[in-house]
Amino acid sequence: MLNRRFTTRDAAVASRRAFLGGSAAVAGALVIGLTLDPKGARAAAGPDLSKAPAKPNAFVRIAADDTVTVVIKHLDMGQGNTTGLATIVAEELDADWAQMHAVFAPADASLYNNLAFGPIQGTGGSTAVANSWIQLRKAGAAARAMLVAAAAQEWKVPAGEITVDKGVLRHASGKESRFGAFAAKAALQAIPENPALKDPAAFRLIGTKLPRLDSKEKTDGSARYALDVRRPNQLTALVARAPRFGATLQSVDDTAAKAVPGVVQIVRIPSGVAVVARDTWSAMKGREALTLAWDDAGAERQSTESQAAAYKALADKPGLVASKSGDAAGAIKGAAKVLEAEFSFPYLAHAPMEPLNATIERAGDGSYDIYAGSQFQTIEQAVAAGILGTTADKVRITTLWAGGSFGRRATASADYIAEAAAILKATGETAPIHLVWTREDDITGGYYRPAAYHRIRAGLDAKGAITGWEHRIVGKSIIIGTPLEAMMVKDGVDATTVEGASDTPYALPAYRFEVHNAREGVPVLWWRSVGHSHTAQAMEVFIDELAHAAGQDPVAYRLGLLKQAPRLSAALTLAAEKAGWSARETKPGRGYGVAAHESFGSYVAMVADVTAQAGKVKVNRIVAAVDVGVAVNPDIIRAQVEGAVGFALSAVLRNRITFKDGEVQEKNFDAYEPTRMSEMPKVEVHIVPSAAAPTGIGEPGVPVLGPAIANAVFSATGQRLRSLPLDLAALRGV
Amino acid sequence: MTKLTLNGRTYEVEADPEMPLLWAIRDHLNLTGTKYGCGIAQCGACTVHLDGQPVRSCQTRLGDVGEARITTIEGISGPVAEAVRTAWRSLDVVQCGYCQSGQMMSAIGLLSENRTPSDADIDAAMDGNVCRCGTYQRIRAAIHDAARSLA
Repeated sequence: MLNRRFTTRDAAVASRRAFLGGSAAVAGALVIGLTLDPKGARAAAGPDLSKAPAKPNAFVRIAADDTVTVVIKHLDMGQGNTTGLATIVAEELDADWAQMHAVFAPADASLYNNLAFGPIQGTGGSTAVANSWIQLRKAGAAARAMLVAAAAQEWKVPAGEITVDKGVLRHASGKESRFGAFAAKAALQAIPENPALKDPAAFRLIGTKLPRLDSKEKTDGSARYALDVRRPNQLTALVARAPRFGATLQSVDDTAAKAVPGVVQIVRIPSGVAVVARDTWSAMKGREALTLAWDDAGAERQSTESQAAAYKALADKPGLVASKSGDAAGAIKGAAKVLEAEFSFPYLAHAPMEPLNATIERAGDGSYDIYAGSQFQTIEQAVAAGILGTTADKVRITTLWAGGSFGRRATASADYIAEAAAILKATGETAPIHLVWTREDDITGGYYRPAAYHRIRAGLDAKGAITGWEHRIVGKSIIIGTPLEAMMVKDGVDATTVEGASDTPYALPAYRFEVHNAREGVPVLWWRSVGHSHTAQAMEVFIDELAHAAGQDPVAYRLGLLKQAPRLSAALTLAAEKAGWSARETKPGRGYGVAAHESFGSYVAMVADVTAQAGKVKVNRIVAAVDVGVAVNPDIIRAQVEGAVGFALSAVLRNRITFKDGEVQEKNFDAYEPTRMSEMPKVEVHIVPSAAAPTGIGEPGVPVLGPAIANAVFSATGQRLRSLPLDLAALRGV
Repeated sequence: MTKLTLNGRTYEVEADPEMPLLWAIRDHLNLTGTKYGCGIAQCGACTVHLDGQPVRSCQTRLGDVGEARITTIEGISGPVAEAVRTAWRSLDVVQCGYCQSGQMMSAIGLLSENRTPSDADIDAAMDGNVCRCGTYQRIRAAIHDAARSLA
């Protein structure tokens, strides 16, 4: 644990965006046809997307003042998609980057659905650029064609003779104009169905470093997050929730809480008791003054230890088959050498810097407005509408910058939006309600990355080649029991529990991957990289063990198994080369480790350089290589991988959510401590050149860090630390 | 009624003197650039300056501010602040951006006292500011850039 070294004195959107027609009807029924399968996303990123019609009016606005505004249908929680999506439009429009602006789209799935999610507007699975790629290129190209047509009419020249460069339309006759002058006339032109898209060789913005569109407002305090919403007469609400998941409220004594100055109203809602006050501090004081009794009859009472024992016991029994080929057990039985390993993983909280919050209010006409860092707009509209007794088209959402999410804002139950709606209803819908979660609410509030346990056995022949692989995974499914189950779970197997293992790119002659869906009362959720956050650790550490058991170089051993996976091989080769892998000098206490993993259609390899001694691990340097297809914004791709290292490092070194008699033991950043400045390694990111359709990079950097570090710790100390967080205590004697 | 001098202006706030300065700034003065992250001085998102010194406003009681001049991200000015802002923008430090007000306030505090900070100085001054997006590498580079531009 770090000491806070304060050298300081520690004394103890723009306004609501006026979209016209932004409330076209959405499906009233919840999540019909929703497919959040990352594989679906990958498939959708293929040829189907080319059939998406050009919709310049939905995505591109050119104003008389020459500004070009791109309508962003995704939540930007820091991953930089606002800049990325605007880049795609600017490229096909041949705009000048300086004229580009962005606004977040209203909630309207008829225009702004995620093409990888079907009819649902939402963000996740590293799909923002992938699903928008053709859609926005077409929008930009169509807008360009309309500008050109308008200029051709005005100048009385053939459209084919007009060129466009950096926001300027030109004709050989000497006529030229910026876009703004033709904005109105361009809008009158027919929308081309299938505008010609650029040859990628002609890209001049894509692939270059462009300044982020959000840097200015995020460095002067003016960027508006949901927590910054201030509506006239709004009240702030905090909710007292059960200390154990599944408990129900037995009784409330709110006498003292009502007497707290600033407290306006106290109401019961399904998730607990809401204290509504004039400001956040008063709501906090009011909540502290509540006396509540909970009925634990249906509550989860497990402890971390009892859960770990239950998971191990489950792993002794055969599970549901996620994938299999050949006779793995027989192949292992006949092997020259058999290795076996187990890996365990804790629950993890997302802990975005901006805690969950949302403002909701009733408009004069009986419709509603929600202001939030909205990640599943369509689901949130439907859930809020259901609670408020209206239809989804009567619920508008203003999406704001989100202060991180890492998956937490995207729940099938729209949990915190539902709370805000329930409070609004219970308070009589008279004043806007700003629901705020404190950091303690966030860390103890569930929706964690599921705990998981892996057990693997593999056989090697006399030459060190793998003969067979048996692998059992135990964990609670993220999907089973939610409205997404019917669409996303097949034969009891939730792909989000086994992805990255059961579909491994390693050539295994015989294998069997099985899964046990643990049943428990702790709500779980996708956490940046979802199943890969644990499967990559198990796969990449165990492969490393096999390489060492075979007496082979860990990079060469992997490459030998990846002959059918050229993109992952290329990323691994590049990372090894840039890190100086073949010339590395390992000495006691200083080691190097490698890992490579595919997730969300992207390929990432990392080489970690660590110092490990006396129970401490210091990561000195990470060299990463990534293949994300066409690199739309290389600097943002680098930033996402740097950030993935910073985000994941604390999960590798120490983070865990633990339970005692059903109660979460960690409450805030003191016990659940994120990575800090002094721990941040140097991160070098290399991009594999690619002409493939772009995939995502919000998540794929995360899963590779843990195994690269664990393998480096082995190289430095000879100690195999498999589980996460790394058992640093085991290194004390080293 | 508590009198505050903030960003060069005088305000009167009608609130419990026990209220952390953070909530007075955000909820009563509606200056929202200063962020809430943890409420227990573990993350630095709420960092403001009192008489030029970075403090965690979540742990500063409204009643204890007295005559001290408060500066928030909206009110920073001068060559150090400009150098920090310019460096943050030219390196595109931000991701979600939520912690960056606090990061910049701490960085301005550091550079105001030390124009040539070493990496160790940066660790010491910035370890109290959490960034969940993990932008630390760029924050460090931006502080070095700002220091160079001030030399």
